[in-house]
Amino acid sequence: MPLDNVVFWVFAPISVASAVGMLLMRNAVHAALFLVVNFFCLAVFFLILDAPFLFAVQIIVYAGAIMVLFLFVIMLLGVDRGDDLRERLVAQRPLALALAAGFVIEITLAVRTGIGFATKAPGGFDAVNDPGNAQAIATVLFREYFLPFEVTSVLLIIAAIATMVLGQRKARAVTQAELRAMGAAKETGV
Amino acid sequence: MRTPIAYFVVLSGVLFTLGTLGVLLRKNALLIFMSVELQLNAVNLALVAFSRMHLALDGQVLAFFSMVVAAAEVVVGLAIIVAVYRRRGTVDVDEARGLAG
Repeated sequence: MPLDNVVFWVFAPISVASAVGMLLMRNAVHAALFLVVNFFCLAVFFLILDAPFLFAVQIIVYAGAIMVLFLFVIMLLGVDRGDDLRERLVAQRPLALALAAGFVIEITLAVRTGIGFATKAPGGFDAVNDPGNAQAIATVLFREYFLPFEVTSVLLIIAAIATMVLGQRKARAVTQAELRAMGAAKETGV
Repeated sequence: MRTPIAYFVVLSGVLFTLGTLGVLLRKNALLIFMSVELQLNAVNLALVAFSRMHLALDGQVLAFFSMVVAAAEVVVGLAIIVAVYRRRGTVDVDEARGLAG
């Protein structure tokens, strides 16, 4: 059995199990930690798919930055409260499970008719990755996808500004009546 | 690489479905948001797998862009969730029914 096959069959069950674990955990912190496991599994898949740059980015950006942000907000909002698992909508759960089963079957059939289960990746990816994966991606990124790259930088600035606007505590305007009441309170106090 | 590409794509579909189930079944806005992240990651896996299959780097570049957009989305989304929590004292999406008739 070739090595990448072994790696796939070791990490595929772990990634699915961690996703299911995230779905079933009542505690948000436990769910976040399961999601980190899932992100690491996906990073390993990127590695065996000859994308070492995305492997590093996945671990740094997702497992590092994004999950730390998630955990920070979970801690900020309080972790002691468990999720309320009562379902208020009638038939939401059976319908969701039926939809999920249908979706998986549909994808499997589409993949079977589209590329077939026996299609192996052609060799020669090393030539595409020449001189190295990061350099090759940089060449494609800064030649063919330069405009999207610049638009992404604008998007990041907009997101940062939007977060600052959303996160600030509003200084509430004081009405005239409140001002008079405050003045009256001060006078009676003196 | 001896693993068929289809395995990766089917795994990506299964992970995407689990993310969809999370969005549909969970009540905590943070957990719904985490499920959306799971969906984004599943699509990234499919993109990288197809990039490997077609011997082109465009899929990897697109996955890279989707990671950047996901980072921006997380920042704004978490700020919205914190704002909702400040206003209502809960992140349960069933409680947010101010617009219900």
